[in-house]
Amino acid sequence: MDYILNLLSSLTQEALAPTTAAFALAAIGLNVHFGLTGLINMGQAAFLLLGAYGFAISITNGLPFVMAVLVALAVAIVFAVILGIPTLRLRGDYLAIVTISGAEIIRMVGRSSLLTDTTGGSNGIAGSAYRDPFNALSPLPDGTTTILWFSYSNNGVNGWWIRIAAWGLVALFTLVLFLLMRSPWGRVVKAIREDEDAVRSLGKNVYSYKMQALVFGGALGALAGVIYVLPSSVQPDAMGRSMTFFIWTALILGGAATVFGPVLGAILFFVVRLFVRTLAGDFIPDSIMNAQQAEQFSYVLVGVALMLLIVFRPQGLLGNKKELSFSV
Amino acid sequence: MRRFRRGAPGRNRLVLAAVLFLAFLATFAVDWAVSPSAQGATSTPSASSSPASTTAATGPCVVSPTNGCIRGTILDSERKPAAGVDVDVAGPAAFAQTATTDDTGRWSVSVTTAGQYTVSVDEGSLPKGQYLTNAADGDRKVNATLNANVGQIFQLSDQQGATTADTTSSVSPARAWQQFASGIRLGLLIALASVGLSLIYGTTGLSSFSHGEQVTLGGLLAYVFANQLGWNIWVSGIVVTLLCAATGYLQDAAIWRPLRRRRISLTQLMIVTIGLSIAAQYAFQYFFGASTVRIQQGNPETVTFAGLTLTVQSYVAMAIALVVLVGTGLFLAKTRFGRATRAVSDNPALAAASGIDVDRVIRFVWTLAAGLAGLSGVMLGLVLNGVNWQTGLQLLLLMFASVTLGGLGTAYGALVGSMIIGIVVELTNLVLPGDFKYATALVILILILLFRPQGIFGRAERIG
Repeated sequence: MDYILNLLSSLTQEALAPTTAAFALAAIGLNVHFGLTGLINMGQAAFLLLGAYGFAISITNGLPFVMAVLVALAVAIVFAVILGIPTLRLRGDYLAIVTISGAEIIRMVGRSSLLTDTTGGSNGIAGSAYRDPFNALSPLPDGTTTILWFSYSNNGVNGWWIRIAAWGLVALFTLVLFLLMRSPWGRVVKAIREDEDAVRSLGKNVYSYKMQALVFGGALGALAGVIYVLPSSVQPDAMGRSMTFFIWTALILGGAATVFGPVLGAILFFVVRLFVRTLAGDFIPDSIMNAQQAEQFSYVLVGVALMLLIVFRPQGLLGNKKELSFSV
Repeated sequence: MRRFRRGAPGRNRLVLAAVLFLAFLATFAVDWAVSPSAQGATSTPSASSSPASTTAATGPCVVSPTNGCIRGTILDSERKPAAGVDVDVAGPAAFAQTATTDDTGRWSVSVTTAGQYTVSVDEGSLPKGQYLTNAADGDRKVNATLNANVGQIFQLSDQQGATTADTTSSVSPARAWQQFASGIRLGLLIALASVGLSLIYGTTGLSSFSHGEQVTLGGLLAYVFANQLGWNIWVSGIVVTLLCAATGYLQDAAIWRPLRRRRISLTQLMIVTIGLSIAAQYAFQYFFGASTVRIQQGNPETVTFAGLTLTVQSYVAMAIALVVLVGTGLFLAKTRFGRATRAVSDNPALAAASGIDVDRVIRFVWTLAAGLAGLSGVMLGLVLNGVNWQTGLQLLLLMFASVTLGGLGTAYGALVGSMIIGIVVELTNLVLPGDFKYATALVILILILLFRPQGIFGRAERIG
C-alpha cells in the first residue's frame, strides 16, 4: 500500500513539474502550427532553445527580466519569419525538412566552441547565471510550503514560484487557444489546413495567415524554452531533435486541434514514462534491465506509441476524428 | 494498391496492431539474437561514463591549507587510461607547470596561489588516433582555491571530425586536396544511403525519417559480427548488408504495405517513420550503450597516394561504394525491373495501369534502400573508425540535403547532390571550426529551397 501511495505521489509530482508545463506550452505552440494550421514544424525545439538562449544571455548581459523575455520572444519570431519565407509557399514536407535542419543549425551554432563566451559552448549556461531576476519577482514569502504531499520551497530553484508561473502561463495560453479557435482568425487557419486553395479562392492571403500561425506558435515555444531552463540550465544538446519529436508525441497523444490535448498529452508523456521507469526499476532485476536501460526502454515505448497512435487514433485521446484529417 | 480495399478496416484493426508491433520487434530481432555478447562488452563503458572517475584520483598532489590541486583523469575514446599526455597549467604570477598523465591516466598540479588558471592539453602528446572531443579544451579556464581539489575532465574521441583543433589554421593547397578527398569519400557514402531514400520518396512519396537508423543498424551489426563474433570483415560486411536488406523487406511487409492498404496519408506515414526512428535510436542505446564502438580493433593503416593520406579502409570503401552505385545506376537504367521502378517513380497510377505490379516494385525499393543504407553504415563505421547510436541520425539531415539538392525522387540527382554535400561538408573544415561542418550543408539546403526548390534535376511540377 505504501508502495502505491509513494508511486502515486511521485507520479503526481512529475505531472506538476515545471518541465511538464514547459512541454505543455511548447505543445500548445505546436498545436497552433499543426493542429490549427496544418504546418508540419519539425523544429519546435529550436524555438525553445532560442527562447532559452535569448533569455539567459540577455540576463547575463544585465538586461532586466521583462526585457530578457521580450528578447527571447523577438529572437524566436525572427527565426520563424526566416524559416517561413522560403517554405510556406511550398508543399508541407519541405517545411518539415527545413524546420528540422534549421533547428539543427541553431543547436550546432549554439554549442560551437567559437561562441563559448556567449552561449557556453557544448556545456551550455548554468542556471545560476540567469535565475535570480525571476526568483526576485516572487511575491511569496521565503520558506517551505506543503500542500497535500507536494512539499517545495516557496522561492527555491525548483519550487512553488516557478510552478505557479509555469502553469499560470499554460492556463493562460490554453484559454487563448480556446478563444483563437472560435475566432474568425481560427476559422481561416483551420480552413487553410483543410483546403488551402479553397481559402485562396475566397481572397484570403494564405501565406500571411500561415506566417502568423508560425510566428505565434514559435513565440509560445520560446516562452516554453524560458520555463524549461529556469529550474535547470541551458543545454543545447538536450534541446535537439529528440525534444521536438517528444513534443510531437505529447501533442498527438493528447489530440491535435483540441484545446486540452497538448496539456493532457504533455502530462501523460512524463507520467507514463516515469511509471514505466519506476516499475521496471523496482520489479525487473538489474541483470535484465538496469536503470539506464529502463529509461531507454521507456523511450522505445514512446516511439512505438507514436507509431500506433498516428495509425489507429490519429485524433489522439481528446480529438474528434472528423475534425482532423491528415492531408498534405 | 487499389485492389486491396476488401475487409473492413475496423475488423482488422487489432490484427494490424499486433502485426505492427511484431514487425517492429522483428526489425530488431537480430539485435535481440546477438544481444548477450554485445551487451556484455558495452555495459561497462556506458556505466563508467559518469565523471566519477576524477574524484577518485590520488595523484602526487595532496591538498593542504597552503596549496590546492588541479587534477584529472584522461581516458581515451575506449575509456582506457591515456598515459603520457602532457597537460599545461598556466596561471597568476607567471605560474606555468606541465603535468604528464601516469599509467592510470591521472595527472595533477599543485598550485599555491588561488586564482584563475588556464589548463590546456598538449594535443601533440595524445595517443595516436585520439583527438580532443571539444576543441575548447585546448585552452580551458579553471578557478583554483587553496585547500581544495579542482577536477578537470577531458574527453577524447577517435574521430578528428569531432575536434576543432587546428581547423582554423592556414588553408594550404595540400590540406584542401586532402579535405577534398575526404569530401568525395563522405559523398560516396552519403550517396549509398540517399539513393535509397530518394527511391523510396520517388515510389511512395514518403520522406523516411527512419532511414538514418538503417545506416546505424548496418554499422552496429558490423560491430557485432566483425568485432564481437570475430568474423572476417568481408564476410561480416556481406552478411550485414543482406540482413539490413532483409529488415527493409520485413518493414515493408509488416508496416508500410499494410499502411498503404489503409490509405494512411503521407503526413501520418512520415510521423510513423519518426516514431520508428525514436524507437530504433533508443533500442540501439539499450543494446549497445551510448558510447562509440569500433568495428575493427587496432589502429588503421594509412596509405599515401597522390598526396593523400587516407586509411586503407577508406580507399576500399570508396571503391566499393563506386562499384555499387554504378551497379545500381545500370540496374535502374538497363534492366526491365529497373525501368519498372522508374516508371512507378514517374507515375504510380499509370505504371499500375500498364501492368506493373506497383506493390512488388515498392517492396523491392524498400529492400534495396535498406540494404544500401546498411552497407553505407558498415563502411562509415570503418572509415570513421567507430559507430554509435546516432551515427545515422547525424547523416540523415545530410541525406535530406543531398536528396533535395539533387531533386526529390530522382536517383541520379541524389548521387550528384550527395557528392556536392559531402565535398562542401569536408571543405567547410578548412575555413570554419568542425562544429559548423554539418551546419553548412543545412544552410545549402535552405538556400536551395529558397531559389530552386525542385533541386538540380527535379521538375518544377513536383513542388506542388
